[in-house]
Amino acid sequence: MKKIIVLLVVSMTLWSCDNDDDKTSNKGVGITFSESWDKSPVTFTDLNATVFTNENGDNLQLDGLRYLISNMVLTNNETGQSYQSGAGFFLRDISETTRTSPSLGFTVPPGTYKLSFIYGFSEEDNIDGEYENLNIVSWNWPEMLGGGYHFLQMDGSYNVNIEPSPFNFHNGTARVSDGVFEQNFVPFSFDDIEIGENSAMITINMDIAEWFKNPHTWNLNELDTQLMPNYTAQKMMQDNAQSVFSVSVE
Amino acid sequence: MKLILGILFFLCLCSCSSEREEQYKPIPVTIELPTTFQSLLPPPVIPQENPLTQEGITLGRKLFFDPILSRDNTLACADCHSPQNAFSDSKRFSDGLDEEKGIRNSMPLMNLAWNISNRFNWDGSAVTLEEQIFEPVTNPIEMDHTWEAVENELNADDEYPQLFEQAFAINRIDSTAVSKAIAQFIRTLVSGDSRFDQYLREEVELTPQELSGLEIFMNEEKGDCFHCHGNPNNPLWTDNQFHNNGLDEAFDDLGLGGITGDPSQFGLFKSPSLRNLAYTAPYMHDGRFETLEEVIDHYSEGLQFSETIDPLMKSIAQGGVQLTPQQKEDLKAFLLSLTDEGFVSNPSYQNPN
Repeated sequence: MKKIIVLLVVSMTLWSCDNDDDKTSNKGVGITFSESWDKSPVTFTDLNATVFTNENGDNLQLDGLRYLISNMVLTNNETGQSYQSGAGFFLRDISETTRTSPSLGFTVPPGTYKLSFIYGFSEEDNIDGEYENLNIVSWNWPEMLGGGYHFLQMDGSYNVNIEPSPFNFHNGTARVSDGVFEQNFVPFSFDDIEIGENSAMITINMDIAEWFKNPHTWNLNELDTQLMPNYTAQKMMQDNAQSVFSVSVE
Repeated sequence: MKLILGILFFLCLCSCSSEREEQYKPIPVTIELPTTFQSLLPPPVIPQENPLTQEGITLGRKLFFDPILSRDNTLACADCHSPQNAFSDSKRFSDGLDEEKGIRNSMPLMNLAWNISNRFNWDGSAVTLEEQIFEPVTNPIEMDHTWEAVENELNADDEYPQLFEQAFAINRIDSTAVSKAIAQFIRTLVSGDSRFDQYLREEVELTPQELSGLEIFMNEEKGDCFHCHGNPNNPLWTDNQFHNNGLDEAFDDLGLGGITGDPSQFGLFKSPSLRNLAYTAPYMHDGRFETLEEVIDHYSEGLQFSETIDPLMKSIAQGGVQLTPQQKEDLKAFLLSLTDEGFVSNPSYQNPN
């Protein structure tokens, strides 16, 4: 008799758990990254292989591209409830096949959301030496330039069809003058992210061509290297960053 | 009834005895981390299949210094990776058996438990430390032995069978266990107590010349060394990546590209750590520079263009970053502040045999 009662209790508990799961019906939402040049996809196979032409007409090849995205949040349009990504930041490296991380995901109820994130780190989060996984890959930004971390490293060669010259398109905190610094991150927000009854994957795409296009037409012959301490170049990058990201949901 | 009880008691004793044997476990060890590593770096990467143990490390150390791994029992790992040279070799090309020589300078061994790129050697030819250890034993210009012969010698030895049994609970020594033991020892080779580390811990002051050198190192308009060689927040002083740093117009040695077959990686070699440069001369993958002055001159005026040169060698059109003589001296003074005297004299890293 006791055994029957125990079995009944266990069965009821299991049944009850199942029902709870149905009620919550939260969905897994992942984040993945992709890159393009205008509308053409760019992958690691394009590194040191594909010749791109920027808005200024400069021919260029990419040797490497890394960038930092932080503080990814989904906000439900109806309830106003915000859901923080499991990871505080993600360093995307185009030379690696890894486009995502399990820790980047959200678990949210179906609905319409706004996705917000920051290109780089906010002033509050851009703490010198704070993140061990960024320190070990030397992603740091020199203390003399305000410290913290790089937001972007895009390296390559331009005038590749004539006489190749290197460019180091690196972005981070802007130095106004010795000891005076200005934040340089860019917040992004994308509305109408629909999360349905199934799991979803949000793709954040970087259009690399936009770095050289909008609003500043970038002339690599004038601005190619030693851009980190160049205040004007740093702020031009921040301006051009505004249009590099787009978002899609599958 | 007494007989039955007696049999049961005997069986119980047998069972306890065999359990005791099976239950022998080597003692786990955790790497003692320098303060700066604790605060700035993720934990060291220790493979699940080869955890650090007291017995494994002791065995690995014994093997590292033992010429038994070479064909004629004359050459040990430590002969080309000497503790007093920060586990490198003062010779440009190390002597193999029968005075054979290679084409590369012996790489220093330190802080390899933080090599998250998982590519070892100048050309990235090994993807784990354990795998790296396999190659020199059979390489004709190094130890020129066979693993079968090494295993036989070790199994016939008076001491090794017991040491392997204690470390790995095996009755028959094999090459996998040898590589695991040596890898464990190498993972304990941690250098994190240079004057610069002490400066970061606010225990000492750097000289004005060393501070000037640090500024040159970190300034994109001067040395711009930090993109490949770490910074005060990356105490490994390497990015553990591969670069063509403008040594040659054409390549005799393809480096990483020779392993991957990718022409865009021809002439790329691993960035070495800048720790302990006082002990690791000569420099570069082929040991072409005997002094630090020559190394600094190379980056200042000696860059050579080739198709795969790293874009970070941005001053290629000028031949280099054009440092003044004073800047060169300051940079050298800073680099030498990364010297960790305690590392090369650490008793735990010396020959136990």
